[in-house]
Parts: sequence; structure tokens; C-alpha cells
Amino acid sequence: MNQNRRDVLRISSVLGLALTAGLLKPSDVFAADWKANVFEAKTLEDAVKALGGDKFVVSKDITVNGPDIAENGAVVPVSVASAAPNTEFIAILVEKNPNPLSASFNIPAGTEAAVSTRVKMGGTSNVHALVKADGKWLIASKEIKVTLGGCGG
Amino acid sequence: MGNPMRIRANATGDVVEVKALIRHDMETGQRKDSSGKAIPPHFIQTLTAKCNDKLVLDAQMGTSISKDPFLSFKFKGGAKGDKVTITWTDNKGDTRTDEAVIA
Repeated sequence: MNQNRRDVLRISSVLGLALTAGLLKPSDVFAADWKANVFEAKTLEDAVKALGGDKFVVSKDITVNGPDIAENGAVVPVSVASAAPNTEFIAILVEKNPNPLSASFNIPAGTEAAVSTRVKMGGTSNVHALVKADGKWLIASKEIKVTLGGCGG
Repeated sequence: MGNPMRIRANATGDVVEVKALIRHDMETGQRKDSSGKAIPPHFIQTLTAKCNDKLVLDAQMGTSISKDPFLSFKFKGGAKGDKVTITWTDNKGDTRTDEAVIA
């Protein structure tokens, strides 16, 4: 309890110093800090743990869209949509990349739980969409084959 | 300051679809240059999108987002003429903000 309070005090004073020193603009503090531990996670399970979840279930409410075969692993279009009510968080993970987590999105109320982006893939891999909805962690996956040679198949 | 983004925001009924093409190298830190030296990582870490000062998307990115990131999403509550503002910050502290008017 005491330790927590100290940490809070220490963190807030450090932030205060950074603010007065002009290192951080208030808008930077407002945006969520980049969570290095989540992005450095090496496996799907580690990434989920680093995000604060413990178990996740496969859900039909989540859809992952992408090409079945991507000829260029550097630019693979991926879109994720969640039909689960109260979706508040979406993450895209490429299972076989050195750091599976590609991007995560906080979805404020009023924003649709659907995002599209492009990711890099080191090779053929499952692409997972991890969603937090109503306090539960849901997941859906799609395998995307990568043919860097570009001949398809 | 990075290069300017291309942002398009279109309203259909009460839903606004935003498409953004960001210009950034998104260097992973795993590539080597011709002399065999590792190229240091340089990538966008956080991105926020606002519509008239209301937060509509808050994203964190890793190194495996493609070069010149593309992002699209939809939100409710915007109207034609409103402003959509996107801001990103990369791992070297560089930041850029661009805006578009909803059409």
C-alpha cells in the first residue's frame, strides 16, 4: 500500500519535472505510453499476459481479413473487425514474426471496432486478432501464406 | 518533422470513414546496410486520431507495420466540415500532426 503510494508520487513528480522542463507536451502525456514490454513479447501467450489478460477464447465474433497468399511479405493488408459488444481494444499479431505484436488500438466509444492496416511478415504465418470486449479476451486467426519469390502457390 | 500524411475522411450518414497514408520508413532495426552495419530501428510508436478534439482512435505500433503505414477506421459522431486530426510520435521523439476536413 505504502509502496504503491510512493510509486505514484515518484511517477507523478517525474512527469511533473518533465512537463516543466518542456520535455513532454501535455498532449504526449494524454496519449497512452508505448508499452515496450508488450511489443517485446516473443509469443502470443506472453503478449496476452503483458497486456494484462490471462486466458483468451476463440470467438466467431472476430473476423480477420487478409489475402490467402501474399506475394510480398513487406506489405500485407490486414483488417480486423469485431462484432462483440463493448469492444475496447484490438491488437494484430503475426505469430512467426520476431516480435508478434504489430499494432494495438484502443477503441473509444463511438468508434467502430474495425481497423485496417498493412503489416510486414517474415514468412507464412498465422495472423491473430486479439480483442478485449466486456473484459474478456477473444481471438480469431487466419493463416496467410507468404511467397517472397512472387510466383504464388 | 516527418513527411506530410495524406488523410481522407468521408461521411456516409452518421459514419465517418478515415483513411490515412502516413509517410515513415518504419525501420525494424533488423536490417543491415551494404557495409554490414545494423540499421537502427526507427518506427512510429503511438498515433492518435481526433475529431474536433474528441479522441476517436488511439494506436500503438511496433516495427512490423509496413513502411509508409496505411490505416483506416470508422467512427460515429462526425459531420461534414468537421476536422479530423492525426498525430504520430516515433521512437526518436519525432512527431507530426496533419488534419483533414470531413467531406
